[in-house]
Amino acid sequence: MATSSKTRLVEEMQKQSGQDPNGCFQCAKCSAACPVTAAMDLLPHQVIRYLQLGLEEELANSKTPWVCASCFTCAARCPRDLDLARMMEGVRLVMLRRREGNKFGPADLTPEQLAKLPQQALVSGFRKYNK
Amino acid sequence: MPRTGVFICHCGTNIAGTVDIARAIDASRNFPGVVHADEYRYLCSEMGQDLIKNAINENNLDRVVVGTCSPRMHEGTFRKAAAEAGLNPYMLEVANIREHCSWVHRDIEEGTPKAIALLRAAAAKVALNDPLDSPELEVEKRALVIGGGIAGIQAAIDIAEAGYVVDVVEREPSIGGRMAQLEKTFPTLDCSACILTPKMVEAAQHPNINLITYSEVEEVKGFVGQFDVKIKMKARSIDPVKCTGCGVCYEKCPAKAPSEFEMGMTKRKAIYVPFPQAVPNVPVIDRENCLYFKKGRCQICAKECPPQAVDYEQQDQIIERRYGAIIVATGFDQLDPSSYGEYGYGQHPDILTALEFERLFNASGPTGGKVVRLSDGKPPKKVVFIQCIGSRDKARGMNYCSKICCMFTAKQAILLKEKVPDAKSYVFYIDVRTAGKGYEEFQRRAAEEYDVAYLRGQVGKIFPEGDHLVVHGVDSLSGKVVDIKADMVVLAAASIARADAPEVGRIVGINSDSYHFFNEAHPKLKPVETHTAGVFIAGACQAPKDIPDTVAQAGAAAVKAIGLLSKDVLKGEACTAIVNQAECSGCLYCEAVCPYNAINHIEIEERYHEEMHKRTVAEVNPSLCQGCGSCSVACRSGSINLKGFTNEQILAEVDAICLQR
Amino acid sequence: MRYRYFPGCTLKGQAKNMENTTMAAAHALGIELVELDQWQCCGAVYPLYEDELISLLSPVRTLAAAEGEPLVSLCAACHHVLKRAQELMQRNEDARHKVTDYLEVDYKGEGRVLHFLEVLRDDLGFDKLKEMIKKPLEGRKIAAYYGCLLLRPSKVMQFDDPENPTIMEDLIKALGAEVVKSPYRTECCGAYLSVSEEAVARDTVSKIINSAREAGAEALITACPLCRYNLENCVDQDGKEPVKVYYFSELLAEAMGLQFDQLMSKALERRRGKNGNQQ
Repeated sequence: MATSSKTRLVEEMQKQSGQDPNGCFQCAKCSAACPVTAAMDLLPHQVIRYLQLGLEEELANSKTPWVCASCFTCAARCPRDLDLARMMEGVRLVMLRRREGNKFGPADLTPEQLAKLPQQALVSGFRKYNK
Repeated sequence: MPRTGVFICHCGTNIAGTVDIARAIDASRNFPGVVHADEYRYLCSEMGQDLIKNAINENNLDRVVVGTCSPRMHEGTFRKAAAEAGLNPYMLEVANIREHCSWVHRDIEEGTPKAIALLRAAAAKVALNDPLDSPELEVEKRALVIGGGIAGIQAAIDIAEAGYVVDVVEREPSIGGRMAQLEKTFPTLDCSACILTPKMVEAAQHPNINLITYSEVEEVKGFVGQFDVKIKMKARSIDPVKCTGCGVCYEKCPAKAPSEFEMGMTKRKAIYVPFPQAVPNVPVIDRENCLYFKKGRCQICAKECPPQAVDYEQQDQIIERRYGAIIVATGFDQLDPSSYGEYGYGQHPDILTALEFERLFNASGPTGGKVVRLSDGKPPKKVVFIQCIGSRDKARGMNYCSKICCMFTAKQAILLKEKVPDAKSYVFYIDVRTAGKGYEEFQRRAAEEYDVAYLRGQVGKIFPEGDHLVVHGVDSLSGKVVDIKADMVVLAAASIARADAPEVGRIVGINSDSYHFFNEAHPKLKPVETHTAGVFIAGACQAPKDIPDTVAQAGAAAVKAIGLLSKDVLKGEACTAIVNQAECSGCLYCEAVCPYNAINHIEIEERYHEEMHKRTVAEVNPSLCQGCGSCSVACRSGSINLKGFTNEQILAEVDAICLQR
Repeated sequence: MRYRYFPGCTLKGQAKNMENTTMAAAHALGIELVELDQWQCCGAVYPLYEDELISLLSPVRTLAAAEGEPLVSLCAACHHVLKRAQELMQRNEDARHKVTDYLEVDYKGEGRVLHFLEVLRDDLGFDKLKEMIKKPLEGRKIAAYYGCLLLRPSKVMQFDDPENPTIMEDLIKALGAEVVKSPYRTECCGAYLSVSEEAVARDTVSKIINSAREAGAEALITACPLCRYNLENCVDQDGKEPVKVYYFSELLAEAMGLQFDQLMSKALERRRGKNGNQQ
């Protein structure tokens, strides 16, 4: 387990999101608040724990940041005033910029979905999960 | 010419490690007025003090500079030594070459010149020192305790037992405070009333204790030994001398209002005692809800009262009294969790705060001691306790740990199991904190013997569903999301300062932290003192704390007050401000900035061109002045000086530092 | 009451009826919504990563185009992006300089950025609205569904209490219908998971719908096209009478007594008129 205090992913994420994972005391309020934990392999508070421990590779392989829908419920209820939605976006963007993720593109959608989905959702989905 | 002696302390290696003592001694010998210089390993030791005393006598010194630690540490020690050698104690100055010098430098080449500069400044100042005398102040041998909870009661009993008269001012109609609301106390599970009411009665019956209930402190003036206090006694509408406490009045009273004591879960009458064991057992009329005061009709209580004690004409009264010492013991409040929308507190009758839940266990509580759901009267079979509601929460609540919740939750879970044997408790927690004698063992009993399930994690939201409350949370240890179909939810709401704590602090003249808890004078060494001499604090008004700590602190505050009251006179501050009235222009800026109301204005008469003229000038009351120096800074003509810190002395220090080398 | 109006792409596509009904209702209420000239996408996402400034170009261009007049949108997502972009422009001088220099616009974060619901609540007032209702929705049991984007983060959006909002319930009351409250009204619908993790989205949406039904609701109202898509397409209603989903504006127009064909023609007439005025 790589527990060197802060890896590059964490440093970059922290710089850009303004969120220091060490501010978290692992109360797991975020996980309790998150509406989509059923689709996650790591619970939201575990993502922060992994960031604290610098478990970069494990994070890179996790589904969770790509499941996060940026509903901001975690941030609204965090007692430490941390914005986990920003941290998740940070992890996603670092991965995307490393060209390690193209997680959601037009090819993933059926013609029926493409026809019925609101335009706004298509554009934001492609932007958020794609580069 | 002054004859000054300089003494430099090594403080082991604390100072000597970063200051070249020999060089500092050599330099000191050349300061103006210095006739003697010496060093010692620990100047504060008895040997060190003797060194100074002997040097004063042998060299006929009239002034002393010590280069040591901060004056806050040992100025008193050295002044006393100087006085023992026959000097006025104010003829000694401390150069702080430890905290201000050696501790902030690593390099001896940086530390040494700075130490020399500080010593030179002290020598320049001491050359201008004058002997000063402390005024003597009389001590009023009577104490005031504000707040009649367990802290105030304990402090009052301790002071009274030491032989001093003490007044206890309590806002509510009865003393007893928060502890009176509790059913049981942790970790022994003894009945709260059984251990509190004997103390309440003792306080009421003690010849030295005077209970002033249904009253508030309105104004505090004066200073240690002589606080002049105004207390407002709210009109009780009952003559306490006539009242026998029979209770007929509140049995017959037709008007109702939510009971404060029962957290609003049940009603009391408009004429009421807050709880059956109230002390004094004298009702009050709540005039806002009384039909007679509202509509001019009714008067049933007056008609029914056998000794005719009801008096609608009673007025608020102001008592003015002088006290030597004040103890503030105003207690705490429980945070209102309705600001945490996800828990739905206030929108569902089965979501309670811990204090509300506590009342359900009490035989005189809203359910007569039956632990049942307020929605349908059925005993709850699944109860979820949620910890840290508003505690450890810097986003929406308080950043601190409320300290008592882990224990009262374990207690309530145990009590629940005893009352409802087939009930199952779940506790969502962040950390379990049980520092205290017997506490950890108690909490483990809850988990091991009373089948309380502890889930490390928090609750996201409570979803009312039919008869149940679906508690959606996370157990972070297993990494599982859990949904518990609960019958009742108990919220461990944070302990917070009283809403009016800032106002009380302002009236009494003590300050508070960012959460409005009153500040102690030193976090370790002066835990019950405040920055205002003669005012002490005890109990949860200082920070959340349990009953044992509260009682211990109350005893400590009482000892401090007793120590004060046992003196006939106090030595006042010698370094007080003085007005040069010949130069004072009477602008009275000083009067406006003085935080101690120590400056007044007077009219003086003076001869000017053969005629007598009247003129307004400022005057300092030296017994009120605390020597803060605000006035001398504000004075535009430079005509107020602070003795011991005169403008001339300060400038001499500055010159000694800036003009040399 | 005059406002600049930003429709956003969905309002011209999937959510056409939200625009039509809103325009007609606004007209009847004396609220003038002047569509921005040559508007473009709102940016679709608000970048949570501070150096992702490229996503801010679109919304800042839109904000600047309002020329300091109050800017109204209908789509919850567009409003979210615009409101947060404005807040960043006010808060972060460095980002503001970079974006406005690139766009060559002068914008310092000024102007009110409003959702149409806020116009109804704060500028018109629900009491006034109630007086103007022609066909109150008496006996209809309606639940509000807020979703995420209007409410959170509440410090920036300042839309309503994030855990206990009331604006949509107050609207429902003003329309004469009966308010039904469900504890799931502020829970996320699952957003994009309806595409990538359908089973999970089905679960979250079904909870929202079924909880509203159990509370007695016959219909839900929402202000978000993606929420509506999920609530309609990603749900197991267990063969029960389906809970209908409306845009809030559809019920508003209905209660104002405006017929659909009327709506269409009025909306078209209005748009033609406005574009004419602007040129």
